Amino acid sequence: MGKTILEVKELTTKYITRFGEDVYAVDHVSLSIEEGKSLGIAGESGCGKSTLALSLMGYYFPPLHYTSGDIIVEGQNISKLDPDTIRKNILGTEIAYIPQAAMNALNPTQKIIRFIEDVVHVHEPKMPKKDIYDLARKRFEELGLPASVLQKHAVELSGGMKQRTVIAISTILSPKVLIADEPSSALDVTSQKMVIKMLRNLMDLGYIKSMIFITHELPLLYNVTDDIMVMYAGQIVEKGTAKEMVFNPTHPYSKGLMGSIIVPEEGTRDVKLAAIPGTPPNLKKPPSGCRFAERCKYVTNECKLTTVGLTEFGDGRSYRCIVPIEKLREEYANE
Amino acid sequence: MSDTRPLCLSGKGVTKVFGFGEKKTVAVDHVDFEFHEGELISIVGESGSGKTTISKMLLGLTSVTDGTIYFQGKPLDIRTQKKKKEYWKDIQAIFQDPFSSYNVFHKIDQVLLDCINMRGGKKLSMDKKIEMMTEACSFVNLKYAELTNKYPFELSGGQMQRLMIARIFLLKPKILLADEPTSMIDACSRATILDMLMNLRNEIGMTIIFITHDIGLAYYISDSVYIMEHGKFVESGTADEVILNSKAPYTKRLISDVPKIYEEWDLNTVTFSTES
Repeated sequence: MGKTILEVKELTTKYITRFGEDVYAVDHVSLSIEEGKSLGIAGESGCGKSTLALSLMGYYFPPLHYTSGDIIVEGQNISKLDPDTIRKNILGTEIAYIPQAAMNALNPTQKIIRFIEDVVHVHEPKMPKKDIYDLARKRFEELGLPASVLQKHAVELSGGMKQRTVIAISTILSPKVLIADEPSSALDVTSQKMVIKMLRNLMDLGYIKSMIFITHELPLLYNVTDDIMVMYAGQIVEKGTAKEMVFNPTHPYSKGLMGSIIVPEEGTRDVKLAAIPGTPPNLKKPPSGCRFAERCKYVTNECKLTTVGLTEFGDGRSYRCIVPIEKLREEYANE
Repeated sequence: MSDTRPLCLSGKGVTKVFGFGEKKTVAVDHVDFEFHEGELISIVGESGSGKTTISKMLLGLTSVTDGTIYFQGKPLDIRTQKKKKEYWKDIQAIFQDPFSSYNVFHKIDQVLLDCINMRGGKKLSMDKKIEMMTEACSFVNLKYAELTNKYPFELSGGQMQRLMIARIFLLKPKILLADEPTSMIDACSRATILDMLMNLRNEIGMTIIFITHDIGLAYYISDSVYIMEHGKFVESGTADEVILNSKAPYTKRLISDVPKIYEEWDLNTVTFSTES
């Protein structure tokens, strides 16, 4: 067992809409990542993946509000720190976050090296520009990016190159946790593979200690991360190792998600895609009982009445369903 | 290809050139193709390979620089606006971005009513029209009652894309050109959309031309696959031939770059491109 880098306990955050309604987009989420490991978060659009990523930074700004729970990075609880401290002491050095489409947010009037200077100066205001340049050059070359990129503007770079540059900028201070939200979704397959290779290199070279990878592309998660967590309507519905989750999902929702995998491999053409009917519930008024009950094939009357917690089974796996595992497995085998 | 079905769309030496002189870009370079009736064809390629240009030529949205496109055996004639409109009765399209596919000032009812009117249903009674719209909506798992009096922006991306399919259901074209219809939605809704497209195809027996960069998706849905690189078709054939026994190095590279679940995904083949 490696050292635990990030531990999250029962984290709950909410959005407050302009009508004053509370929307709990992250609802009692617990997770932990060990050194050198990566965790994948999967789920449909709107299930709370990106909100979870935002919440994990501990940096809240309206309409997102912290409600309860702890975020512990190497023994330090960051969940109740004020935003200024978070920005100065946590972001960049402890946790780095790459939002969706970050590459399109690079200021077109600035050279790439300026962004790196900006990041470094927040933490070390006195560091000379020469040193920053040397640091950046060394890091870029190690990660397979030409040093000439540092003197270029964002518009001069291709999409794949921009995305890799963004990753290099955000990990320049060697953060302990890297949270990557759909880092490769907007890219074509070749650039996507380069991005993944680069993330792997970052991990191998020790510049990041752990990674959280968010995407809805399951074959990608399977290849990139050690563990996969499936989210539905703000809650975790199942956790397990990547292999177990893809080939042996337990929760009916994970089962449905894994049924939507499309890969260009022999034999996959004849398998019918399993689309999950219906839409996720409105989180302004979450249903009582199981949140997936409305769309579940194996729903019973009890599902809609009792609140379901996470049940642990096997090594580190857990699922959120009142139907016993054996019964679910039996149902799947009969299909 | 030994497909005995009659030809629906075909092309000989179709070329599109943008610009001239030194700045000339050949977007589509002398391509030949044969699309049969009722077939599902995928055109696969990376960004910039000319997929979208070819789809625009097929739709008659841009002119063809050289070569001829044949529609049902005859050279495609869309020189006048009237002829174009006639052609568009037979070919319809779904685009990548559902958000920009609707007129923002038209309510959903209007969008669907237009389709009925275009198909000669102008004189039908309102009750009949509503019945048709309800049927189309339920085909794509939408509830007509919830959509009436709404504007497009009030729908989610997935709903809009499904409404697009409902339009096709009412229009019943001979050919549907789908340009990356699932690239903006998540994997789960993607399965739903694909299912609907397949059902629709069985229902009205149309030809579907599916343009995508996702080779796994192309393998899953199509009868035949065309692989496009730099404006040329480098490989074509049935899905099994092209994907499982690919010959062109480009196809092989595309396949090796897609993450898989049964075979190992080799990251060691990656060489970082250094040109920006």
